[in-house]
Amino acid sequence: MNRPQREAAARQIMERAPATVPPELYAEAVRRGGRMLRRRRVAVRLMWLLLFAATVAFVVWAVTARPWVEPPSETTPPLMGW
Amino acid sequence: MERRRVAQDARRAREFEAFVAGAAGRLLHAATLLTAEPPDDNPRARRLLTLSLAHTYACWDRLRGEDPYDRARAYLATRFSRAAWHQYGGLGALGRSRPHPASPLARLSPQERLILVLRLYEGVAEEQAAALLGLPLERVHTICDRATATLLHPPRRATPAVLDAKAVSP
Repeated sequence: MNRPQREAAARQIMERAPATVPPELYAEAVRRGGRMLRRRRVAVRLMWLLLFAATVAFVVWAVTARPWVEPPSETTPPLMGW
Repeated sequence: MERRRVAQDARRAREFEAFVAGAAGRLLHAATLLTAEPPDDNPRARRLLTLSLAHTYACWDRLRGEDPYDRARAYLATRFSRAAWHQYGGLGALGRSRPHPASPLARLSPQERLILVLRLYEGVAEEQAAALLGLPLERVHTICDRATATLLHPPRRATPAVLDAKAVSP
């Protein structure tokens, strides 16, 4: 018995007695799939919201703290009498 | 925005219903072969199929021309191979849920069933099956040959007695 014959015989054994699909399977799949979809949507929206809040917080902090301005010297005494 | 969402939901529901009507029978048969349950009493195969169809439904809008059947089958196969170790036990016959003798693939291990169903029943190419399961190509080839041989020429009845003796002795 060569390979194609063996494979055809195995296929034939596997194709016997097909199962019938229960009617409630479709509804259950849609229910679960819809729930996954909704959760994913909420998660994406939450992530955008978080990103937006972080950006706003950073901008507010940068405007009030001005980290790019050189801080006034605190160690050397001011130059006087020249 | 909201109206577009409603229209998209309706379109997805319509397309998905047509897809399930066409594909569910074949996928359920494949799942029943994987779990080695009898065709009229297959709760685990139904659960497996429900989960894979739900996954397909959830990513329906992002398929972009990809075949939903391929997607559902790939999810079914990877989920089964991940669950097989826990549910069926690594040693097959000693696991918690033994294969039902009415199933044609009852003598095979879960991995042999998976590869045989993918390769021969579903007609997936060897390279694709290997990539899907993360196995070397030669291993898929060997397992498929061995599973075909076991299926066509079942071993003598001695094996269950040995396994029972092993299970009884500590």
